[in-house]
Amino acid sequence: MHDLIIVGGGPAGIAAGVYAARKQLKTLLISVDIGGQINNTWGIENYLGYQFIEGPELINKFQTQVSQFPIDQKIGDKVSQVSKIDGGFEAVTEAGDKYQAKAVILATGKKPRKLNVPGETELTGRGVTYCAICDGPVFTGQRVAVVGGGNSALEATLDMVKIAEHVDLVSLTPLTGDPILISQLANAKNLSVFTEHQTVEIKGKDLVEGALIKDIKNGKEKHLDVTGVFIEIGLVPNSDAVKGLVELNKQGEVTITPTCETTVPGLYAAGDVTDVPEKQIIVAAGEGAKAALQAHRYLQRLVK
Amino acid sequence: MVDKKVVIYTTPTCPWCHRAKDYLSRKGISFTEHNVAEDREAAKEMIDKSKQMGVPVIIVDDEVVVGFNQSKLDGLLA
Repeated sequence: MHDLIIVGGGPAGIAAGVYAARKQLKTLLISVDIGGQINNTWGIENYLGYQFIEGPELINKFQTQVSQFPIDQKIGDKVSQVSKIDGGFEAVTEAGDKYQAKAVILATGKKPRKLNVPGETELTGRGVTYCAICDGPVFTGQRVAVVGGGNSALEATLDMVKIAEHVDLVSLTPLTGDPILISQLANAKNLSVFTEHQTVEIKGKDLVEGALIKDIKNGKEKHLDVTGVFIEIGLVPNSDAVKGLVELNKQGEVTITPTCETTVPGLYAAGDVTDVPEKQIIVAAGEGAKAALQAHRYLQRLVK
Repeated sequence: MVDKKVVIYTTPTCPWCHRAKDYLSRKGISFTEHNVAEDREAAKEMIDKSKQMGVPVIIVDDEVVVGFNQSKLDGLLA
């Protein structure tokens, strides 16, 4: 049995790992990957110590640092469920492996929200993408749609109008992103903006061939002739593994106290998966440190 | 032991592609890179071989790996 299992290897999980190791806790880090959402981030200008650093480079630094410590790591495995057992907790992975520890820190972050429309899952990777910064250039010269009205959608649109033949921006609501980004849209000559439009279906057999959108004010449907659909409609917390075990808020985030405690003693949570209002790398790192220190305090007081 | 032939399809601002290349370099594995943002032929080749349009796509001899799937690559490059 480990002292501590950390679920998730993004900035919160890695910071927790560093702090736990320095308190000499027998720690196991289980994560699908190292870096989490930073893997989908290119330019970072607000992480302390770096005027500008690229996502992958920052992840390398985190990875190098945490690897100096004697922490067990299972990278590539996904924890599907955490449950309470005698003496602590058990984490079960999708592969069916089971790990036990006296305390757990959940640091599983967030994942892109899906539209949940026909054709979306079938055509993911075949024209449907949730990472404009990764896949955008593959669609050079094509007609594409960007779904969403916030900063991510606006940034994807501004990037794509430079290289695509045409961009259709589709937002369920009026645009909610920064005014400076919205004003830059006016310069684009190959852009059509459809606010208050719902994306109804993504069409295509092997690859995306079009999208169907609907004007929510009058129900009128319109077909968009596109071969790429960039879905940028926000993020949802990866809290499935603890659903039913700890309290979640309306958005599915794990509610925590200022010391990262959840409603279950010995189970802590840190970073974007929690209800911490600011979803930032630097905040996640700080929360991870707090969670590890609180877990250490808890373990010291456990009846042996 | 015969060296494996490794080809990677990337775009310039794709963070996962960057991590995949770092990983290959750290393992001392030489690879051929195709920038599908500029090379339309390579883009078509990538889509044909991987049946999808996301980057990175890493091909080890004939095995196609979509995305930076470190555990799968560890197995193929052992």
